[in-house]
Amino acid sequence: MPERPAKLPASLPALACQGLVVGYGDRVVLDRVSVEIPGGCWTAIVGPNGSGKSTLLRALAGLLVPRAGTVRLQGRRLGEWRRRERAQRLAWLAQTPGATDLTAREVVALGRFAHGGWLAHRDVDDDAAIDRAMRATGSSRWAGRRVSTLSGGERQRVHLARVLAVEAAVLLLDEPTAHLDPPHQEDVVRLLRAQAQGCGVAVLSAIHDLSLALTADRLIVLAEDGLVGQGTVREALRADWLSQAFRRRIDVVDHLGAWLWRPAVDGVPDA
Amino acid sequence: MNAARSTFVAAIIEGPAAERVPIVRWLGVCFAVTLLFTLGGLLVGTTSMATSIHWLFAPNAQSALVLWQIRLPRTIGAWCVGALLGLAGAVAQGVFRNPLAEPYLLGTASGAALGVTIALLASGASVGALAWAVQLGLTGAAVVGAAIAIVLTLALARGVLQTSNLLLSGIVVGFLLSAITSLLLLAKPELWRTLQVFLLGTTAFLGWRATALLAVVLLVCALPATLLSRGLDALTLGEDTARSLGLSLPVLRLALLGIVALATAAVVGEVGVVGFVGLVAPHLARETLSVNHRHLLVASPLCGGALLQAADLVSRWIVRPAELPVGAVTACVGGAYLAYLLWRRTRDA
Repeated sequence: MPERPAKLPASLPALACQGLVVGYGDRVVLDRVSVEIPGGCWTAIVGPNGSGKSTLLRALAGLLVPRAGTVRLQGRRLGEWRRRERAQRLAWLAQTPGATDLTAREVVALGRFAHGGWLAHRDVDDDAAIDRAMRATGSSRWAGRRVSTLSGGERQRVHLARVLAVEAAVLLLDEPTAHLDPPHQEDVVRLLRAQAQGCGVAVLSAIHDLSLALTADRLIVLAEDGLVGQGTVREALRADWLSQAFRRRIDVVDHLGAWLWRPAVDGVPDA
Repeated sequence: MNAARSTFVAAIIEGPAAERVPIVRWLGVCFAVTLLFTLGGLLVGTTSMATSIHWLFAPNAQSALVLWQIRLPRTIGAWCVGALLGLAGAVAQGVFRNPLAEPYLLGTASGAALGVTIALLASGASVGALAWAVQLGLTGAAVVGAAIAIVLTLALARGVLQTSNLLLSGIVVGFLLSAITSLLLLAKPELWRTLQVFLLGTTAFLGWRATALLAVVLLVCALPATLLSRGLDALTLGEDTARSLGLSLPVLRLALLGIVALATAAVVGEVGVVGFVGLVAPHLARETLSVNHRHLLVASPLCGGALLQAADLVSRWIVRPAELPVGAVTACVGGAYLAYLLWRRTRDA
């Protein structure tokens, strides 16, 4: 088992934000949003295009400076962490990771930067973490290939391995299942669940595919005008958050024990 | 427009999956080629090849002067210049994440030219005094001019936060300083020829002192650059991802741009503006060895050094006993090489 930072009291969320206001230019994308991401649990962010899923992830990762509000990692404000220590605990995956000419293994090894620092010297722990992450994502086969020569799905798995190699307490993933076919989507979902339940990691991912998102432990539901709600999937369905967020265009149905979405019977097309 | 540029950029870097050579063999070939060029640098000159070979085996006072005090420092100095440009080019392309970036993009060339012009105007030097002037006063003037250009570029871009602003500022400062140079030259048109020697670059005045200085600058630049190579690797994943990995981009950029600035200022001060080596050497290193910056930051200077030695030889050989400006040779060879890369890419596409 990978080494983890000491367990936190269950009451303290691994990552939380309070009254977060984020915008670009005149546009305010997130207006006083407060969410909590508990450890040991996979949380999915869902919402229509433009509702600020990626923006929320980037703000939580400390990549955007909020106009107001605070983000706390393990109870401490993001700004109070030393850069390197923060990067050891908080890993982020971009929506479209770059097509670099480095080899797959070189890219995954960069996930260990926060642990090793400037000197490219890697110790045994680093190599073990890299191997584990590549095996878990099934990307070991391409270890020596240039990432730019891989297919979109293969590339996605290499970058996922890079994020896992950090062995962080909080994973922020922007559309980790994008570019993947259904079996591989299922692999990623299983991986995220294993990280959450097996290793106690707080996993937060924006997921476009609603049926996939409904297999998560918790949901954060965003709409164009702000946060609709956050809670377990059951709570979300009982309170009808999804239907609100998608302007009554969808229904969620129980099909043989799995939640599936379908177009609402009486849905009115957007103008 | 951005998309078009990145397609072009991709066309230049990627190429068909070139067979990469194991690093030991690569270094072996590189050293052999460099030694060969160094020997060539000793043999080629105003004397005939036979005389030069004879000198090598039967030394006398004249041969000692020509071979060891003129030709050897010159060819080693040329290697140092090429290595500095290769290093600065690889670092610049990494920092700007753009394979078309080159060492002079901070405006150093125009700044140095302006410095030289002002020095020439002040001293009233003529073409005949050039040899003396390049050795002493002009070097300092060029370095000061290059440094001022860098400071102006950084000030205009308000620091190193936005690479696109930095690139634009470099262009603006370059044009501005060139315009001032042209205006100043209107007052004394006869200085044009002197300045032209400088603008085309020349290795003819490299002695042991200049070569030693270049070698020291090379060491001072190369050591920290290789230490920062992991940061450059991380940057290839995108700026946000690099930040999320725990990198401080402003600190990294400042350090790396400092290296580019120091290397180019030293080069421009000693030999003038030698183009294309800084652009081509990193491509040559990537094509033949690796894109990993730990390798690239060693391979690119080695390629640049060999390239400039070769260009220096050609510039001395073609119109013997006269010489071509080495910068003109590098521009021809470098331009042809980039055209070849592009042609090979478009043929395969």
